[in-house]
Amino acid sequence: MNLHLNWIGFTTLVRKEYIRVIRIWVQTIVPPAITMTLYFIIFGNLIGSRIGSMDGFDYMQYIAPGLIMMAVITNSYANVVSSFFGAKFGRHLEEMLISPMSNVTIIVGHVAGGVVRGLLVGGLVTVIALVFTHLHVEHPLITFSIVLLSSVVFSLAGFINAVFAKKFDDISIVPTFILTPLTYLGGVFYSISLLPEFWQNVSLANPILYMVNAFRFGILGTSDISIAYAYAIIGLFVAGLFTVSLVLMNRGVGIRS
Amino acid sequence: MHALSIKNLIKTYPNGVEALKGIDLEVESGDFYALLGPNGAGKTTAIGIICSLINKTAGDVEIFGHSIDRELAAAKACIGLVPQEINMNPFDTVLNIVVNQAGYYGIERHEALRRAEKYLGELRLWDRRSEPARNLSGGMKRRLMIARALIHEPRLLILDEPTAGVDIEIRRAMWDFLKRTNEAGTTIILTTHYLEEAESLCRHVAIIDKGKIIENAPMSAVLRKLKKEIFILSLRDPVAERPNLDGFDTLLRDDGDLEVAIESTRDLNDLFALLSRKGIAVSSLRNKTNRLEELFIGLVENRQGSNAAGSGA
Repeated sequence: MNLHLNWIGFTTLVRKEYIRVIRIWVQTIVPPAITMTLYFIIFGNLIGSRIGSMDGFDYMQYIAPGLIMMAVITNSYANVVSSFFGAKFGRHLEEMLISPMSNVTIIVGHVAGGVVRGLLVGGLVTVIALVFTHLHVEHPLITFSIVLLSSVVFSLAGFINAVFAKKFDDISIVPTFILTPLTYLGGVFYSISLLPEFWQNVSLANPILYMVNAFRFGILGTSDISIAYAYAIIGLFVAGLFTVSLVLMNRGVGIRS
Repeated sequence: MHALSIKNLIKTYPNGVEALKGIDLEVESGDFYALLGPNGAGKTTAIGIICSLINKTAGDVEIFGHSIDRELAAAKACIGLVPQEINMNPFDTVLNIVVNQAGYYGIERHEALRRAEKYLGELRLWDRRSEPARNLSGGMKRRLMIARALIHEPRLLILDEPTAGVDIEIRRAMWDFLKRTNEAGTTIILTTHYLEEAESLCRHVAIIDKGKIIENAPMSAVLRKLKKEIFILSLRDPVAERPNLDGFDTLLRDDGDLEVAIESTRDLNDLFALLSRKGIAVSSLRNKTNRLEELFIGLVENRQGSNAAGSGA
C-alpha cells in the first residue's frame, strides 16, 4: 500500500466531510443542540428537581454525560450513513472507487468524518450542559478515549448501514428502530441499579450501556459496570465492525455489480 | 507497451445477462481509440470492469502492464474516467470536486490547486470554480468531468459518451481539447454514438455488439471496407429529370439536389467528367451519411440478420 497516497486521500476525505458538516450546519449542528437543550430543561431542570439525586449526584449532573454521549453516538452514525449513502445514490462514490486509494482509507476517512461531527456536536452539547450544571472531569483520558472509541463504533455501524442501503428509507430504519431505543435503555437517564435483576441482566446486553457508563465514570467517577469490561466491549465492536466494513468493501457489496 | 490489454473478458450479471462474452482488445500507448456499439452492446460494462467499478466474471485486464487482479492500485493510478452519467456531488463547488479528486490520487493540495487552475482554465470553467456543480449547465458538467478525470494526469483517459447532449459548438471545442490531450501523449479510449466524432478523432476503432467484438482495426482500414458511398450534389442550375450517368446510381431529390451512389472501385473524377460532358455544373458536394455510420449500421444489421437466420434454422 502506498502510505503517502493513502494519507493524502485520508486527509482529503476528512476535509471533505468537515466542509460538508459545516456547509449544512442547520441540519448537522443546530438540531442536536436544540434537542439536548430541551432534554436539559425538561428532564434535568423541571423533572430532575423532583427526582433529587442519583448515585450521589444531582440528577442534572447525572444525565449530562449520558446526553453528551447520546449526541455523539447519533451524530457519528448519522454523518457516515448519510454521507456514504448520498455518495452511493448520487454515484459520486465512483470518484473514490476508481482511485488508487485503498478500501481501508475509504472506510477510515468516512469514519473520521463521523468522529469529527460526533465530537463537534458532543463539544457543543457539553457547553450547553455547562449552562445548566457543573461538570468536573474526573478522568480526562478515560473520558476522551471512550467518547472517541464510541464515536468510531457508531461511525462504522453507519458505514455498514449505508453499504446495504438501497433507498433513503433504509438509512433511517436502524436509527429509529434500533439506535434510539438502545440509547434510551442504555442508562442515559437512570442507573440500571434501579431496575429489577432480570432487566439489569438484559441491559448488560446493550453495548451503549457500557459506553454511557464508562463516559460517566470519566466525568463523574461513578459507573454501573467495570471500566475495563467497557473498554473490552467497545474494542471488540471496533474490531468487529471494521472487519465487516472491509469485507463488504473488498467484495463490493452494494457498490459494485 | 499496450495501454490496455484485455483477454477473454467475460461478464455475466447475477440476473443471467451475458454482457461480455469473451472479448479481446489491445490498445497501443498513445492511441486514440473508438469503442463503438449500439445501446446495451457491453461498452459501459467493459469500461466499468477496466475501472474496477464492476466485478468481472472471468478474463484478464492489464493497464500499462498492471493487472487489475494483482496490482489494482497501480492500474487505477493510470486511468482517468469520464463516465456516461453525470456523477458529481451537486452541492460541492467546482474547485472542490477536482481538488478532492486529486487528493484521492495522492496529489498534495498545493499541486492540486495548480492543476485545477490549469485544467479548469483550459475547459473554460475557472470563472465558475466557486459555484456548486448544480448551478452548471449540462455542457459545463461534462467539461467538469473531463477536468476531474485529468487532474491526476492519467496515462489512459476513458471517455464514455462525453459529448452526449452537448451543443455542437461546445462539442467541437471538446474535440479540439481531446486532440491536444492525445497529442500530448495521453492514450484515449472513446465511446460515442456520434460516429462523426469517432471518425474525426480516432485512429483505431473496435465495434462491440451483443458482448462480442465484431470489428477491430485502424480507422482507415475500416473505412476502406465501405463498398459504396452516397454523395449529394447541389447543382448550379436545376435539371428537369434525373440525368443518366453511366455506371452510377442516381436519384433526383425533391429539393433539386442529385444523389449519386459511388462504388469504391470508381473515382469521383469519373463522375465529374460525366457531369461536365452533360453540361451539369456542381456548386457543392457532401456525404449523405457519415462514412463510419454507414459501415457501423451495415455491420450491426448484418449481424442481426445472420442471428435471425441462425435462430430461424
